[in-house]
Amino acid sequence: MDASTTLPMAMIDTATALADWVLVLPIVLCLIGAAAELVLRRTRVMPLIVAVVVTLAVIACEIGLLVRVAAEGPLSMTMGKWLPPFGISLTVDLFSAAFALAAAIVTLIVLIYAEADRTKSGARDDFHAMVLLLLAGVTGAFLTGDLFNLYVWFEVMLIASFGLIVGGNRPLQLDGAVKYGFLNFLATTFFLMALGLLYGLLGTLNMADIMRVAPLAHPGAMAGVAALLLLAFGMKAAAFPVNAWLPASYHTPPAAVSALFAGLLTKVGAYAMLRALVAVLPGSRDLLEPALALIAIATLLIAPLGAIAETSLRRAMGFIVIGGIGAIMAGLAMPSSDGIAGSGLYILHAIFTMSGLYLAAGLVEKGTGASDTLQMGGLYAASAPISILFLVLILAAAGVPPFLGFWPKLLLLQASLAEGVTSSAPSWVGLTLTLSLLVNAVLTLIAGTRLWAHVFWRSAPVAMTVTVPPSRGDRLGVAATSFLVLAVVLAGLWPAPLMEGASAGAADILDPARFVAATGLAEAMP
Amino acid sequence: MDYVMAILVGLFITVGTYLLLSRSVIRMLIGMTIFGNGVNLLIFTAGRLMREVAPIVPPGLEVPDGPIANPLPQALILTAIVIGFSMFSFLLVLAFRAYRSLDADDTDTMRLAEPKRSPQPPLSY
Repeated sequence: MDASTTLPMAMIDTATALADWVLVLPIVLCLIGAAAELVLRRTRVMPLIVAVVVTLAVIACEIGLLVRVAAEGPLSMTMGKWLPPFGISLTVDLFSAAFALAAAIVTLIVLIYAEADRTKSGARDDFHAMVLLLLAGVTGAFLTGDLFNLYVWFEVMLIASFGLIVGGNRPLQLDGAVKYGFLNFLATTFFLMALGLLYGLLGTLNMADIMRVAPLAHPGAMAGVAALLLLAFGMKAAAFPVNAWLPASYHTPPAAVSALFAGLLTKVGAYAMLRALVAVLPGSRDLLEPALALIAIATLLIAPLGAIAETSLRRAMGFIVIGGIGAIMAGLAMPSSDGIAGSGLYILHAIFTMSGLYLAAGLVEKGTGASDTLQMGGLYAASAPISILFLVLILAAAGVPPFLGFWPKLLLLQASLAEGVTSSAPSWVGLTLTLSLLVNAVLTLIAGTRLWAHVFWRSAPVAMTVTVPPSRGDRLGVAATSFLVLAVVLAGLWPAPLMEGASAGAADILDPARFVAATGLAEAMP
Repeated sequence: MDYVMAILVGLFITVGTYLLLSRSVIRMLIGMTIFGNGVNLLIFTAGRLMREVAPIVPPGLEVPDGPIANPLPQALILTAIVIGFSMFSFLLVLAFRAYRSLDADDTDTMRLAEPKRSPQPPLSY
C-alpha cells in the first residue's frame, strides 16, 4: 500500500497557525486558571485576582475570535494532527463566538458581585476554581465542533455546578442539589445514549461530518436520535414538561451562583438544541417540528403562570427563566431566518437579563433579610437604585421596547406572523406561536411588576425592618448589577449591530456550508 | 450476538428506569449507575461487535496489516465510564450528606427547597 497517498488524507502535516490558537485558548486559560486556584486557595486575595485576570484574558481572546469570525466566517481548529472526521474539532461560528463572549462577561460580573457576599470564613472554599471550571465547560460547549466533546463539556459544566450549588453546605442547598444533580446527570446520560445511536448510524460524531452524511441515513432512525437529543437538551434547558428541577434548585445557592446558573447553564442547553437540531440534523428537525412547537407554546404559557403563583422571589425568577426558554424554542420551531435570528438574539439577551435578575434578587434579599415576597416591602424608600435595576430587568425579560429583550421578541413575532398569517400556506402553529409569545409577554409583565410592587412599592410589614447598610460590599454588588443593566439598556437602544449579527449568524445556522467548509470537509461532499 | 447485547441493554435500561422511579435516593443512585452502564453497553454494541485484532500498526509499516478493531467506541465508553463514575461518587457523597443533614433518604420528605404547603399567591396586585 502506498503510504504517501493515504497519510495526507488523515493527518495534518503543518503546524496549526499561531492565530488559530485563539479558538482553544479561552478553554485552556480557564482550565489552567482553575488549577492555579486550587494551589492558591489558602491565600486571601489571590484567588479573586487570578479569577479576574483569567476571565479578562478569556474575554480578550473571545473578542478577537468574534472579530475574526465576523470578518472571515466560521473558523475551525483540529487537535492532535488528525484531520476533521478523526481529530477533535473546535468549530466556531458567529453565534457560538458571541455566546461564549457573553458568558465570559457575565462570569466576570458575577465574580465581582460575589466578592460583596463573601465572608472571611468562606475565603478558603473553591468558589473561584469552580467558577473558572464552569466557564471552561460553558466555553467548550459553545466552541466545540464535535458532539462527543459537547457531552464532555456538559459534564465539566455539571461537575463544576455541583461544586457551586453545594458550596456552603446549608441543608436547603443539599436538598436542591439532590434534585439538580440527579436530573441533570440523567439528561447527560440521555445525551450519551443519543450519541451512541448516532455513532452506530453514521460512524462519526463530528458536527460538520454529520451534516454531510445524515441525509443518507434512515430518516426514522435519525428522528429517534433527534428526539432523544431534544429530550436531553430540553431537560438541560428546562423546557416545559421536564423543567421541574429548575425552580426546585436554582434558588438554593447564594444569589451570585444562581445568577451564574441562570445565565449560562440553561442557555447552553438551548444553544445545543439550536446547533444539534437546526444546524446539524435539519432533516430530523422537520419531523420533530410539531413537538417543538408544542413544547414552545406550553413553555411560553405555563412558565409565567408559575411565576405569578410563586411568593418566593428567586423561585419566581426561575419560572421567568423557563419562560425565556419557551421563546427560544419558538424560534427553533420556525426555521426561517427571522426565527433563528430571534432565538440566537434571545439566548444572548437571556444570558445578560436572567443573570441580572438573580443578581438584583440577591440585592433585594440582602436588603430585606427575607427570601419570600410576603415578608418584603418598602424597599423603594430604602434603596431607589435597586428598585430601578430590578424594574428595568423585569421589563427587559418581558420584552418591553426600549430594552434588549424587545428585539429578539420582535424577530420571533415577525417569524411567527410570517408563518401563521402572511405565508402562502398560513398555519395554525404559526398563529398560535404568535399569540403565545404575546400572552407570555403580558403574563411575564404581570408576574414581574407584581413582584416589584410587592417588594418595593407597598409599605413594609410591621415586623420587618429594612436595612440597607451602606457598606463597600453592597455598593460593589449594586455596581456589578448596574453594569449588566447598562449593557441591556444600551444594547436595546442601539440594536442595529446585534440585529445584523443575529441575521448573519442565523444564515450560518440555516446554511452550514461555510461551517462545513471551515472544517475542510466540503470537498468530500457525497 | 448483537441481539443478545441489544436485549441486555434493554434490560439494563429497564431496571435502571425502574429504580430511578423509586423515592429512595440510594435506590435512585443504583438505578442511575445501571442506566449509565446500559448506555455504555449501547455505545459498545452500536460501534459494531467484532473479533478483530487491536488497532496497532506493526513495526516497519505505516498502515495496519489486515482488518483491525475500531478503537473509537472503546475510547468513547472509557471517557463515559470515567465521567459517570465521578458523577456517581459525587452523588453518593451528596446522598450521604443529605441523609445526615436532612435526616431523609426519601425524596418525598426532602421538602426544604419546595415546601409542601407553599403560601397562597398574593391576591393584591
